[in-house]
Amino acid sequence: MAGEEHVAGAAEGKLDIIGHLLDHHYLEVPYFNAHHFFDGKIDLPHFAPFELYGIPIDMSITRHVVMMWIAGALLVTLMLVAFRRSKEVPSGLAGLFEPMVLFVRDDIVLANLGPRGLPYLPYLLTIFFFILTCNLLGLIPYGATATGNVSVTAGLALCTFATILIAGIANNGLFGYFKSLVPHGMPLWLLPIMIPVELLGLVTKPFALCIRLFANMTAGHVIILALFGMIFMFNNEAVGLIAVPFAAVIYLLEIFVALVQAFIFTLLSALFIGMAAHPEH
Amino acid sequence: MDMTGIGAGIGAGLVALGAGWGIGRLAAAALEGTARQPEASGDIRTTMIIAAALIEGVALFGQVVCFLLATG
Repeated sequence: MAGEEHVAGAAEGKLDIIGHLLDHHYLEVPYFNAHHFFDGKIDLPHFAPFELYGIPIDMSITRHVVMMWIAGALLVTLMLVAFRRSKEVPSGLAGLFEPMVLFVRDDIVLANLGPRGLPYLPYLLTIFFFILTCNLLGLIPYGATATGNVSVTAGLALCTFATILIAGIANNGLFGYFKSLVPHGMPLWLLPIMIPVELLGLVTKPFALCIRLFANMTAGHVIILALFGMIFMFNNEAVGLIAVPFAAVIYLLEIFVALVQAFIFTLLSALFIGMAAHPEH
Repeated sequence: MDMTGIGAGIGAGLVALGAGWGIGRLAAAALEGTARQPEASGDIRTTMIIAAALIEGVALFGQVVCFLLATG
């Protein structure tokens, strides 16, 4: 069938865990008798990969791309509608977003970057709300977690990496930034060790951001899918009496983790940008 | 004899053990700090959540490696 992907190991009567986590070239139709509508899947445009300097780049629209578009469109619409009329005391939708914006501004940017860090506030706000929306969209039935795709989180980590470099080089000069990586007052014989270590540390921090977000988002879904898979494994509906409440509790934990991971990504990005801009503290 | 599955399983268990121990100690310290000085409970709670997320991040690095071992 066009667009359908078979994952090795998915057998009849077994829950295809990896298949539910991966990116697919089709959208699932959220309806009861889904196979009456488009065979239950909406095929998305599939472009052939093209070569760029020997790296094959696949620009087809997949499920996670659609989820990211939905998150972006949702955020833009909600923010424009909420802050259309700026009042002294915000109400309605603005009352939902304003505490979150103030929280990012006061507790993340001003606390870690100081008043001179306010130029970075738009980037950090974008990161926070985008990751939060993508995480929460993955929890809706028939939705996919875009941040559960390592490419998406790698892209976000690359944006943070670029901002760290821009902040460091703009504040300290090109050579001054790399000089500031190595701690001051090092004995000369330690430099051959410290320089590779510090350069590696420069790359490791955004990499850790990427993997942390990806693994947290995927792990929650794996646990829920594994719990439901136990029902199929024992081929007994009574296991559902235990599995469904467990899965519901893990689901609530996942909502908490979605919030915390967005906060942690933004906080660590702000910390790294602050460390790059003002290395003396 | 292919021991990849056993290795992945033991690794995942050890990772979970390490994360549980670390976050348990963290929670104990946070509770003790809040008991000594209840006014600082807001700051302590925020620091606890940040540290727990970082520890969990490290634990999930290990879990990702075990998952890759198990499936490939």
